[in-house]
Parts: sequence; structure tokens; C-alpha cells
Amino acid sequence: MPYFGSEETVKELKRALSNPHVQADRLRYKNYITKVIRYMTQGLDVSALFMDMVKASATVDIVQKKLVYLYMCTYASDKPDLALLAINTLRKDCADPNPMVRGLALRNMCNFRMPGMPEYIEQPIVAGLRDKASYVRRVAVLGCAKMHSLQPNTDIDGSIVNELYALLRDPDPVVVVNCLRALEEILKDEGGVVINKPIAHHLLNRMKDLDSWAQSEVLTFLLRYRPRSDDELFDILSLLDAFLQSAHAHVAVATLRLFLHLASAHPAVQADALLRTSAPLLATCGAASRELRFAGLCHVQQVMRSQPGLFATHYKRFFCGYSEPSYIKFRKMEILVELVNDENVALVLEELRSYCTDVSPELAQAAIAAIGRIARTYSEKCLDILTGLLALKQDHITSAVTQTFRDLVWFCPQSTAAVCQTVEACVDNPQDSEGKQALLWLLGEHGEQISSAPYVMEGYIDGLKTELSSAVKMELLSASVKMFLCRPAETQDMLGRLLHYCIEEESDMCVRDRALLYYRLLQRGVEETRKVVTGPKSDPSMSVLTGRQEEPISLWASTFNTLGPLSGWDLCLQTAVISASEPSGSAENELLPGSTDVALSSPNDTQEEISLSLGPPLSHETFEKMWLDLEILHRQTLGFPRPKTASDTLQAALQLVKIQTLAFTPGDAVPWKAYLYTRGTGTLILAELLQEVPEAPDSEGSLVVSVKQHPKNQQTIRGFVLILKSVLQTLNVDPL
Amino acid sequence: MISQIFILSSKGDHLIYKDFRGEASKDSINVFYEMVTALSGDQPPVVMKHKDHQFIHVRQGGLYWVASTKTNPSPFTIIEFLNRLAALTKDYCGSLSEKSVRMNFALIYELLDEMVDFGYIQTTSTDILKNFIQTEAVSSKPFSLFDLSNVGLFGAETQQSKVAPSVAASRPIMSSRGEQGGKNEIFVDVIERLSVVIGSNGVLMKADIQGEIRIKCFLPTCSEMRIGLNEELNIGKSQLKGYSSAVRVDECRFHQAVKLDEFDTFRILKVCPSQGEQTVMQYQLCDELPCAPPFQLFPSVEKDYVNRVLIFLKLRCDLPPKSTALNVSITVPVPKGSVSMSQELSSPDQTAELQPKNKALLWEIPRFPGGAQLSALFKVDVPGLSSASLLEVGPVSMSFELPKQTCTGLQIRFLRLSPTQTGLSQRWVRYVTHSDSYTIRI
Repeated sequence: MPYFGSEETVKELKRALSNPHVQADRLRYKNYITKVIRYMTQGLDVSALFMDMVKASATVDIVQKKLVYLYMCTYASDKPDLALLAINTLRKDCADPNPMVRGLALRNMCNFRMPGMPEYIEQPIVAGLRDKASYVRRVAVLGCAKMHSLQPNTDIDGSIVNELYALLRDPDPVVVVNCLRALEEILKDEGGVVINKPIAHHLLNRMKDLDSWAQSEVLTFLLRYRPRSDDELFDILSLLDAFLQSAHAHVAVATLRLFLHLASAHPAVQADALLRTSAPLLATCGAASRELRFAGLCHVQQVMRSQPGLFATHYKRFFCGYSEPSYIKFRKMEILVELVNDENVALVLEELRSYCTDVSPELAQAAIAAIGRIARTYSEKCLDILTGLLALKQDHITSAVTQTFRDLVWFCPQSTAAVCQTVEACVDNPQDSEGKQALLWLLGEHGEQISSAPYVMEGYIDGLKTELSSAVKMELLSASVKMFLCRPAETQDMLGRLLHYCIEEESDMCVRDRALLYYRLLQRGVEETRKVVTGPKSDPSMSVLTGRQEEPISLWASTFNTLGPLSGWDLCLQTAVISASEPSGSAENELLPGSTDVALSSPNDTQEEISLSLGPPLSHETFEKMWLDLEILHRQTLGFPRPKTASDTLQAALQLVKIQTLAFTPGDAVPWKAYLYTRGTGTLILAELLQEVPEAPDSEGSLVVSVKQHPKNQQTIRGFVLILKSVLQTLNVDPL
Repeated sequence: MISQIFILSSKGDHLIYKDFRGEASKDSINVFYEMVTALSGDQPPVVMKHKDHQFIHVRQGGLYWVASTKTNPSPFTIIEFLNRLAALTKDYCGSLSEKSVRMNFALIYELLDEMVDFGYIQTTSTDILKNFIQTEAVSSKPFSLFDLSNVGLFGAETQQSKVAPSVAASRPIMSSRGEQGGKNEIFVDVIERLSVVIGSNGVLMKADIQGEIRIKCFLPTCSEMRIGLNEELNIGKSQLKGYSSAVRVDECRFHQAVKLDEFDTFRILKVCPSQGEQTVMQYQLCDELPCAPPFQLFPSVEKDYVNRVLIFLKLRCDLPPKSTALNVSITVPVPKGSVSMSQELSSPDQTAELQPKNKALLWEIPRFPGGAQLSALFKVDVPGLSSASLLEVGPVSMSFELPKQTCTGLQIRFLRLSPTQTGLSQRWVRYVTHSDSYTIRI
């Protein structure tokens, strides 16, 4: 931060520091040094004072020494030649009889980040490693790491590495942990410090002497160790058992992570560890520090991915405190939604209902959305609450409720009648564009059940000129056309006006094109339009993608107790991959009762799960050669056309379930082809998707999939086809 | 491992900046401040990513305590470390504020230098640190008349309660160096945080108590101290004693330095406190409140004339008559669009105001004696009021402090320093219950 008049300040300080009168008065001298550090912290460049500060380092006053060292470490890299002048003083201090002075000098000398340092610090570091004071040894051990980071590309000094390994047996616990840290950095290219059996057990035995920071760090290092036998494994676990309940959250969580990792082959042990750590985890969720609370909540969410029931009895712990910041409330609501069961649903809903009137509109809307999620299971109770909220006549609430209704109708068709009644009775319309879109969608899809639908829609059409959002206009177009199909008499006139306006006067090209599209479609006849425009009105199978299944612990154990769960940047991606890649046969059967493809999967293959993987990429040549060599093992007409989504979307969606797209014909070319491959249960699967020229010009053709495989495995093929179908279908039903 | 640690004031001034590994540019302070101020209310701020760096921060004393890192460390470790850094700063500087950090920046640099080396946490124990810290703390105590009359320990009015000398606990632990007498004190605080939801029918729907026993020690050296808790303290759900006055907690956890050999039989904790503040025991009690909830509310909300809501609140304090609740504040959400309010309060020391920004009215009662009942009438003008707007009134939330009270009934029976302790030392035991979240539905 450049300060006005900063040059003046530096000059003035320089004058003061070189003034012999000031130098003679220790207190005044120190005051000026303090001032320099203060300016340095504020971001002022005071490196011009380096020379004077070097002089000030020759003092017996330790406080002054520390301040000067802080200064020198900051600017050493800018003024390497001047910093060399200070090294003599520092090296002299390294031989001081007072261990504190020795340690201080060594630490700061190693902190000078400039080239050429290693030759000066090597000898003091080696001496420091053998110092009788543990304080100096701690500093010297980390000094080795610092020295290595200054010359990263040189060969590793074997003697220092050996010495560090030997120091793992040091009586001082901090020295031991520092050794691990230093070795980890020095040996980074070789995979870090080696934790073999003697070292692992030595560390385990020292755990009790360590302070909590060192404990959690050692626990993280131990993740690297694999016990040889189950006996050894259980010995280790019983040694660590007490740490699961540590008063320090970071130790308890680190222990849990180690337990989950070591006992990956023993689900019962993992479950027991989770149960026993649930108390400390819950305690962090109620900790005084908000940040700790947040970290606790994020990790509770992770645990719930595998054990949704673990916290069910503690649901009240996730009720929001009124003074908590929103980001904590959001997490708590997400957790509450997951914890709902028959016993607590009434209380949870009552609690969520009280958040719906929160001052923060975002929070209120999130609470309404949460109720909507619960409504997929407990529709009746939730619909009552949501209907009651409409009476509040608050714009943001009405809008959120309408959006929730739309999602609810889409996911569980049985609530349609009740929703339509409510929408009909509701006189207040949402004012923001998301809410408007939701309402229009409902009116369009279920216009025949809402008697007032045309009048509401007419209001929107009349107000079209003042409507700013093009998304709303598009939705209005779609909805009006759908409504026209089911209630032509009432809608015809206004649809005409709408199309006219959109084609003649609208400036947004997207809206105009959409209007033109509908116009031409309608010209071809009502029945044609009906075929194109109407689709399924609900899709319970979407919950395959959005609903949570119990996931194996191994999926999240690797990110447990890292920043991942807090920042959420990997979480959404992971859940998407997981929920999409595991549509096991049985889930399909349950959730897609009416869909056409159930008959295709014979009962015996519904039990097995296949897992696909990408493996190393195939070149085009290899693929072509194999495709020509192999014969088609399976050919199936899928019964629906190719997804109309962009090719990127298709590719990304297939990638999610670990199917690689090799090539496809661009755009709307006919016939359309795509070549895919994947690996599963030890075999390579190649597939071709083909859409022929449709026989009738008005109907779309159906996709045909041909599968080749090497080596053969019929079950894998069936699993592959199922997965492929579910992905393509999902893309197909994606609402416009 | 930590790349940098910095402390920023709420306005973004750089108070402390230390780079441990030289792998991040100094500019990251400004980057952090821009990111944190640009966040909207619903984005979680704790961890933020900028290029290959992560910022983890906590807010304490109105300041940002930030660590930046290139690796993917345990969030619990970093957050707890930053909290510990703030606690140590408070111990050494006496209080935690922008001013005290500014005045003691040399001391804090010294602390950081010993606590973290090359980004690795070395030690945070006061016992070890005190050997290395040489800078004297400058205590920042602005003179104020208000300070003399009514200084709070945890906000409690100690002048009246005569529990402990008022400002005694908020001073630097090291400043007693060289001074004689009067400062050899040790404070043992039992602090409970109460989190309660009361349904609209007056039934207790949720009650959680999070408690802790905290020691703040000003003795330069301290040998073993024995803390005796209630002998009839039960731990765990299963042990239910019939009709005795048993005190029960669901679970408790202890600081690792606490010796528990006499805990099972005599409920005695043995600990050698080090200078500064530390938590020796944490406990919690869920879904149960051994005493009556401290406050009961009897509300009535009516529509008066066309555009006015009448809110009549009757609030009863169910504490024992000798105790008092302090700094009671009641927040009642009011319909959107409320413009003005008139009120009738029962005593002049109470205040009430309408906060249109928060859609709420705030009623504050500085002192509320146990057993008393206060009532207040609020007339809120809301243009365009509909009967549905009345639904927007509620739930009521309260915050308060209950000095000399623990809701679990946990008491400290005795506090004994071992006889070898030289010099006169004073021991203080203080109890306080805070409302973490106290919500009453209407």
C-alpha cells in the first residue's frame, strides 16, 4: 500500500537511526526500530534502512534482536549483498552460551531466502542437530528443510537424511515431529518420509507425550502406514482408541480419519469408530467458535453420506440458533432435510417453518426449498405449510413456494392435484423472474387442472411490453402453446397476440426464434405440435440422480479432515459422479416402474453391480482396428431418439459415468453416429450409437446401440447398456 | 502447513503479517480482504481459494485472523490454532481488540515466531512460551467513567454481585513480572451456554447446555490444584438416581493435562494450571433442562385498527428470587413495512426500538430479578396491514446472561492449591450462563 509521503518517512527514520545520540539512548533507539517494523507491517517499503538495521542487530537486548531479525528476514531476498553483512553476527550468536540466543540466530539465519545461503548455514545446522538444548535441535531440524527448499534441485544430502531419521528417537517430542516434517519436505520427490514398522510403532508409543498439534500431525503421517496383519492392525487401533474421544476436535477427527483408513476392510470397526466420534463431532457443531461449528457441520454432512442414520436422534442439535450467521444456518438446514424420519418429521417441519419468515430472503427461500425436499416423502404435511406461507403475501416467499411447487410436481406426480388447487386459490403472483417462470411452467403443464389458468396467463401476455427477462418470455411462449393444446378455445386469441408481438416487435433474437418455431409448428397442424411440445409431466426417476443413496465410506474418507468438505468445490462434482455411476439394476427397477426398458433387463442381472472405469485412453487407430476385428455381441434398439442436447453435454454426461466418447458426427447430421468405449470388470467395451434417417419425416428415429467387447462378458454388457440408457434418457427428458 | 499468518482489522488495516515460507506474495493480504468483503451473506467465508492458495480465517474480537496455505491441511487444526492464537494474544495483551493488537504488535510477532516455524506449529503452551517471550505487554485501558461503575466479567455486573474484583481477569498475564503482591490470583469459571426452543404452547421443545470449566491463572508458577465438583455428579444417560438432587451431564471431556485418578470416586479434578486461560473440562447436556427454563413468555398479537398491530408481551423470569438476569434483550420480528412504533414499558431503564432494517423490534431490560414479571405493550404501525401479516410476528428470540447460575447445577465444591504453594494467592470461582440461542415461538 503506497502511503503518501512514504519516502519522507523512510528518510526521517534513516536519519534517526544513524544519529549517534539516538544510538546512545537504548530506549529511543529501540523505539525507532519498533517504528520501522510497524511501517513494514503496514506495507510500506522500508528496505532502504537495511544497513542501519544490520547495525542494530549487534545488541544484547533480545527483544531488539528479534525485531531486527524479523526485519532482515523480510528484506533479505531484496538486498542479498547487505544481508551477507549480518551473517557474521548471526553465526557468532549461533555459538552463544544461551540456548535461546543460539536457537533464535539459527532460525532466523535459515529464514533468509536468498541464493548462496546454504553454504553459510550448513555448518551451524549440522552443529545444531547435535546441540544439547532441545530448543536448538528443533530449530536445526526444520533448518534442514529450509536449506533444502533454498536449493531444490540439488542432490539430497544422505548424511543429513540419516541424521534426521536417527533424530526420530529424540527425547524431545517436538524434535521428533519436526524430523517427520523436515524429512517429508526433503524427500518429497521420493514420496516423502518412509513410515516403516519400527517407526510407526515408535511414533504410536510416543503419542502420549506429544501435544495436540503434534498428535494430529503424526496421525496424518500414520495414514501412510499399512499394517502387515490384522493382529497388528487391531493393536494399533486399540493404542489409538483413547484419541477418538480427545477434547481437541482436531485430534479426534484426525484419529477418526486414520481409523477409517486403516480399517477399510472392516466395516464394523469403521461403523463403531464413527459412532464413537459422533459425540466430539456433535460437540464441534455446537462449539463457541463459529468457524469450528462450520467445519464440524461440513464433516457431519460427509459422515452422513454413508451413515444417514447416525445423527438422526440428535436432529435437534441442528436447529438453528437465531444469532448464527447464514452460512451455518444453510448447512444446518441441509442436514435437517437429510435427517427427517417418521418420528421427527413434525418437529423438523415446525422448525423449518419458523425459518421461512427470516429477515434474510435467501435464508427464507432456502427454508422453503428444504420443506419442498421433505415434501417428496411427506407431501401432505409440507403442502399445508407451503400453502400457509402463500397467505403471507411476501414476494420472495411466494416466489420460492411457487418454485418449490414446480419441482414437487415434477418429482412426485401424486401431489399435482393439491398443488393445482393451491395455485388456483392463490391470488398473488410472484414478481421475480424465477418465480414467474415456475408459475408459467405450472400453468402450461397442468393448465387443464387450473381453471383460472388462461386468465392468469392473459395478464402476463398483456404485460409483455414491460417484461424485461427474456427467460420469462420464453417460458411464457412454451406455456401458452401447451395451454393452447389443452384449452384451445380460451387461449387461441391471446396466443395469437403473443406470437405476433414476439415475432414482430421483440428485439431479443432467442425469444423471436422461439416464437417463430412455435408459429411454424402450429402451421403444420395441432396434432404435430402436440407430438413435439407435450412430454412427460413428471419424472420420479430424476430422484435417482438427486436422491442420496448410502455411499461406501471409502468415497469420502480420503477428503475427510481436509479443506475439501468446507469449500465444497469437489463435493458437488463427486456426488454427481457417484449417484450417476451407480444406477445398479435394482434401483432402476424400483424407480422406473413405468418405463419401457424394464422388460429388457432380465431378473437375474438386477442383482449385480458393474463398475466402469476409464483407464488409459484409446487412440483412434486402436479403436478402429479393434472395432473391425471384433464382432457385434449385442444390438438393441433403445426406443427413443438421440438426446437433443449439445455434444459437450452428452460427452460430459457420459464421462460422469466413466464412458469415454471417441468420436461423433457433428450437429444434426443424419445418420447420426457416436463411438464410445469404457472398461469394466476386466474387459474393454466398444459401442456405437446410430440414429438412421427416419422413415417418416415427422417422426424421429430411434437410437440403436451396438456393443463389442473384448474379452466377452455378457453381464458387463447388460450393465453397460443399462447405464448408457439411463444417461441418454435423463438427457432426453431434460426440460427445455 | 501454513504459508502466511496475518491479522487484519475489520477495516482491512494490516496489523500483523508474517510470511513463514516465502511461497506467497505479500499482496495476498489485499486479495484476502477483497474476497472476504465481496462475499454475500450466504456464502461460507471460512475457507476461500485464490489460485493455488487457500485462506482460512476466523473472526475474533472484531479482527480477521487469517492463515494461508498451499497444501490441504486439516481445517480443524488450522481453525483451532487460529483460535488459540487469539486466546494467547488475549492472555498476553489483556484484552482482544484492534487497539491492543496494534499496541502490542512486537509481542505478537514474538509469539508467532515461537509458535510457528517454517509453517509448522511448534508449541502453543503458555508454560513453554513464557520462557521465550521478553516483550512487556502494553495494556490498553482507555479511561472511562463507565468502566469504573459497571465493568463486566463476561458482561456480568460484578460490582453488585461481589464475586471477584471487576477488571482483575482482563489484564495481561505477564505484566505482574517484577510487581509484588495482590496479583497472585486464579479464576475458575463455570460457563454454560444455553440453547432452547420453546413451542407456541409453552412446551420445551429443545434444550441443550454446553458447559465448560475454564481456569485463568495469574500465578507465575503453580503446583497442583484440586478442583472438587459436586459429589453426586452423574455422567451419561443411564445412571438415573431416583429422587436425589443429582446433577447430571451427558458426557464430558477433559484437557489432556487433567489427572482423573480421583474423579471416579470423589469427582476431583487435579490439574497443574499454566499461566493464562485454559479449558479443563467441557461437558454437555442434551434434550433436558434440570431447572425450569429461565424465561416464559406470554404473548398476544392483535390487529388493532386498520394499520396497527398490538403486541402485548408478558415475560416472567423463573429464576430463584435472589438471582438476577442481566442484559436481557428480546427481539420480536414484526411485519414487513412497519414504519413506526409506540411502546408502554413498565420501568424507565428499559428501552425498546423498532429496527425496520431487520424487520424486528428490540426490547432491552438491563436487570431482571428472579420471580419478577414484566410486561410491555407495543403498537406497531404497518401501512397496508392484512390479517396474514400477523403471521410474520414471531418467533421471539432472547439473549441474556445469568451470573452466579448454572443450569445443570454443576458446582465447584472446593478449590485447593497444594500446601507447598508459596505466597498468598487468591482464588475466585465464578459461574455464568449465557444464552446461546433462546427462541420462543408464538
